[in-house]
Amino acid sequence: MPVIDLATTSLRDLNQALHKLAKDTNETLWTISNPGGEHSIAVGVDAPVTINIGGNVGYFCGGMNNEAKIIIDGSAGQGVGENMMSGLIHVKGDASQSAGATGRGGMLIVDGNASARCGISMKGIDIVVKGDIGHLSAFMGQNGRLVVFGEAGEALGDSIYEARVYVRGPVASLGADCIEKEMRDEHRAELLELLKASGEDHKVDIAEFRRYGSARKLYNFNIDNAGAY
Amino acid sequence: MCGIAGLFIKDPKLEPQLGELLAKMTSTLCSRGPDSAGFAIYGKGEAGMTKVTIAGPSDAYDIDSAAKKLIAAIDPTARCVRRHSHAVISFKTGDVPRVEAWLTENLPEITVMSEGARLEIYKEVGYPDTVASEFEIAKMGGTHGISHTRMATESAVTTNGAHPFSTGADQCLVHNGSLSNHASLRRELRRDGIKIKTENDTEVAAGYLTRQMRGGQSLGEALKASIDDLDGFFTFVVGTESGFGVLRDPIACKPAVMAETDQYVAFASEYKTLTCLPGIKTARVWEPKPATVYFWEHN
Repeated sequence: MPVIDLATTSLRDLNQALHKLAKDTNETLWTISNPGGEHSIAVGVDAPVTINIGGNVGYFCGGMNNEAKIIIDGSAGQGVGENMMSGLIHVKGDASQSAGATGRGGMLIVDGNASARCGISMKGIDIVVKGDIGHLSAFMGQNGRLVVFGEAGEALGDSIYEARVYVRGPVASLGADCIEKEMRDEHRAELLELLKASGEDHKVDIAEFRRYGSARKLYNFNIDNAGAY
Repeated sequence: MCGIAGLFIKDPKLEPQLGELLAKMTSTLCSRGPDSAGFAIYGKGEAGMTKVTIAGPSDAYDIDSAAKKLIAAIDPTARCVRRHSHAVISFKTGDVPRVEAWLTENLPEITVMSEGARLEIYKEVGYPDTVASEFEIAKMGGTHGISHTRMATESAVTTNGAHPFSTGADQCLVHNGSLSNHASLRRELRRDGIKIKTENDTEVAAGYLTRQMRGGQSLGEALKASIDDLDGFFTFVVGTESGFGVLRDPIACKPAVMAETDQYVAFASEYKTLTCLPGIKTARVWEPKPATVYFWEHN
C-alpha cells in the first residue's frame, strides 16, 4: 500500500514507480498526498490499481490511463484523463478545459463542473459530469457517451460524429451539425447503465434528459455540397 | 504560453506580504514564460504626488544619470528610488506633463513604465525568479499586484516587450495570448494620437484600452468593447488604483483559475500558482467564464 508524498517525492519518481507496475502487481492501492496542482500526475498507468490523490492536480492527470482507477479528491486542471484507454477517473471537484479529450475508453466522472471543450474529439470514453459543462464540448466527438446533469455551454457537439450526448439542463446553443434527437427505449437503457456506473441511478430522473447527436450532414461527403468544401 | 499571477488583498493584515506572495506565485510560472518577467505593484501613495517609473532600453542603461538629469530639469526636490534598472521618481502631479515632454525631447530612449499615485511597474528581460530578486519584489507591500512571465511570440525579447503595460495613470495590463490584428490597430491608434513604442501586440491592446477610456468609456466598458475589436486570443488581467479585473476571450484559449477567501482574490494561469496562498485549501476556486468581465474594487 504505497503512500507517496509529492512534497518530498519527485513527480518523475512517482510516475516511474507507477509505470513499472506489472499487470498482476500486489501493490494495488496507492495514495498520493500533496499533489499541489502539479501536472502529469499518474499519467500513463497501465495496471489495474487504485490511486487516491488527496488534493488538486494540474494538467493531464491520468492521461492515457489504462485499467487504473484514479480518484482525485479535489479539482483537476486541463486535460484530465486525456486519451484514456480504459479504467476510471473520478474527479470529486471541478475539471478544467478539455476533460477526457480524445478518450478512447473507460469512464470519467466529474462531481462538479467541467469547463470548455469537455470530451473534445472523444473516441469511445464515457464521461459523466454532475454539474455544468462549458462551450464547445464534445467537439468532433467520434464515439462514446457524454452525460451532463446541469447545463451545457455554447456550440455543444460542434461537427460531432457518432458520440452521443445526454444533457439534463438547458443547452446554450448547438454547434454545426449537432441536433436534438428522440429519446427511445435503447437510449433510456443506455443512460440508466451510465448512471448506474457512476453511482447516480436513483438520484436523477432519466426522463429529464434530452439526447443530442450528429445530423450526419457534415461529415458525409455530399456531391451537392462540393462547392463548399 | 506566458503566465499571469494577480493578487488583490482584502484583509489589510496581508498587505505587507503582497510582494512576497506575488513573487512566490510568479516563481511557479517560470516555465510558462522564461524569457522576461514584470510586476505591477500598488503600494503607498501620497496626496498630490505622482510616481513616475522610468527605465532605459535594457538593464545595461545608466538609469541613475538619466533620473538625475530629469530631476534637475523638472524639480530638484523630487525624491527618487532606484530599483535595479528602474527609477521611481515622485513628482508633484501638476509637473507630470512637463516630465513627459522633457523625456520625449531629451531622453527619447527612456520608457515611462508607469505613472500614478500608487502604481509602480518593474519589468525586465531574464528568468522570472532572477527578475523578481533583482527588483526585490518580495520586500514590497501593497494592496494589489499583478505579475507576468513572458514567452515571446509576437515581438522581440526586450525590456519594453515585457509586461505589464501601462494603460494610463495607475492602470496596467498583462496579457497571455496573441493578437492577430495588432498591426492595423497600431496604425489606427497612432493616427488617434496614442503613443506606441514597440511592435508588441499587448502594447497595442493597452493603447486600445487607453483610447477607449479617453473617449469616455469605463475600464469595464473598454474591456467589453475589446472583445469585438481585438482579433486573437487573450486572457487579460488589468489593474487600477483601487481595483483588479479579468477578461478572457470568447473561446477561452488561455488558462485561468481564480481563488477567493475573506483575505484576498487571486488570479493565476495554473492552480499550482495559488498553492502558496494562505487558506487556499478552503478557498473558493473557480475558472472565470469566457467573454465575461470580472472586477474587484476596494471601497
